[in-house]
Amino acid sequence: MKSKVVTIETALEQIKDGMTIMLPGFQDVGGPAKFEMEMLEKGVKDLTLISCDAGTPSRPAGVAKLIINNRVKKLITAHIGLNPVAGELMNAGELEVELVPMGTFAERIRCGGAGLGGFLTPTGVGTVVAEGKQTIELNGREYLLEEPLHADVAILKAWKADKAGNLVYNRCARNYNPAMAMAADLVIVQAENIVEVGELDPDAIMTPGVLVDMIVHMEE
Amino acid sequence: MDNKEKIARRAARFLKDGELVNLGIGIPTLVGNFVDENTEVLLQSENGFIGLGPAPEPGKEEKDVVNAGGHPVTMVTGGSCFDSNMSFALIRGGHVSTTMLGAFEVDQEGSIANWMIPGKKVPGMGGAMDLLVGAKTVIITMEHTTKNGEPRILKKCTLPLTAKNVVDYVVTELCVIHFTDEGLVLEEVAEGVTVEEVIAKTEAELIIPEEVKVMM
Repeated sequence: MKSKVVTIETALEQIKDGMTIMLPGFQDVGGPAKFEMEMLEKGVKDLTLISCDAGTPSRPAGVAKLIINNRVKKLITAHIGLNPVAGELMNAGELEVELVPMGTFAERIRCGGAGLGGFLTPTGVGTVVAEGKQTIELNGREYLLEEPLHADVAILKAWKADKAGNLVYNRCARNYNPAMAMAADLVIVQAENIVEVGELDPDAIMTPGVLVDMIVHMEE
Repeated sequence: MDNKEKIARRAARFLKDGELVNLGIGIPTLVGNFVDENTEVLLQSENGFIGLGPAPEPGKEEKDVVNAGGHPVTMVTGGSCFDSNMSFALIRGGHVSTTMLGAFEVDQEGSIANWMIPGKKVPGMGGAMDLLVGAKTVIITMEHTTKNGEPRILKKCTLPLTAKNVVDYVVTELCVIHFTDEGLVLEEVAEGVTVEEVIAKTEAELIIPEEVKVMM
């Protein structure tokens, strides 16, 4: 199989101003922190980020840094509470924030990659989350119709990748990686370890390599 | 023992052997310290695993083993890891039997507000809306009144809701209230607290049974 391993420079060429980018990670665990810092360095701007939270400015991860350096115009997320700058930018009208319940956030990404037009969830019924959405009653229960999320690029973080892009994640770092691998036009992986094709047990692979376009070796 | 510990100690007695439980931040996190040693509960952490254990010894932290607040934790033997879709399918799908969360306000319709204060605090709802809708039993642990002594158990919540008609029990430092189809039943009051005091500090209407037990 052809190797998908590329240099950071080659991968960064794909990241352009105005793109919609999915970044996995939950409280900075499982996100491609090093790649995010390279994006910051490159100067990309006007991004729409799809990220579970807004990061924590004091930690060395990039989501928070991209936000506080005004590179993000819109953030689709479940939680911004640990990044006070995100709240300030939102209140000042400089950052558009779409707050989504975390389970709905995960499922919208899954739908985006699974060919589904949307899904019905009881989460958010009777709250501000329901505003502007269709409420559907089915078998005596109310649901909100939620729509899929899709991105131009997803940047994943794998603990182990083989050169064909088969991926294994570590502990809590799996989080949104498998779903985001399905829901973007281009999938780039920041890999901690790279092994030869055949070294990973097929039963242990969490994301199949066909979903991955590029792998960059970056140790943290 | 301060109010928060009192609340956590009582709330821990709701947990049953073999349950899968999700504990929110604040008082619910303390509940883990009071679970009876003969009761084995498994804790789910919504960032992607079952088997949340205590904080590691200094120097033994693993960077990818954290709780939903991002703090280092351990995994108990027999724990399991999964992705976020599985994690929230467990929550929404009723596989987490009990969740305990804090609140700013609850009301007599069983609705709860715990995620934002307009103009002050808009952190985002995180996983709270999913937990409240999906868990079979919802137990709210909170102090009975605001810092100024205003009731927080209301006829109707004034803050934006996190979920509607979901609360099963509220545990405060003063009492245990059971949310039933008939209304809010005052089941227990803390030692030294009178039923009248609870009524005075509660805006919602309470049903007072013939026997109100002492909260342990």
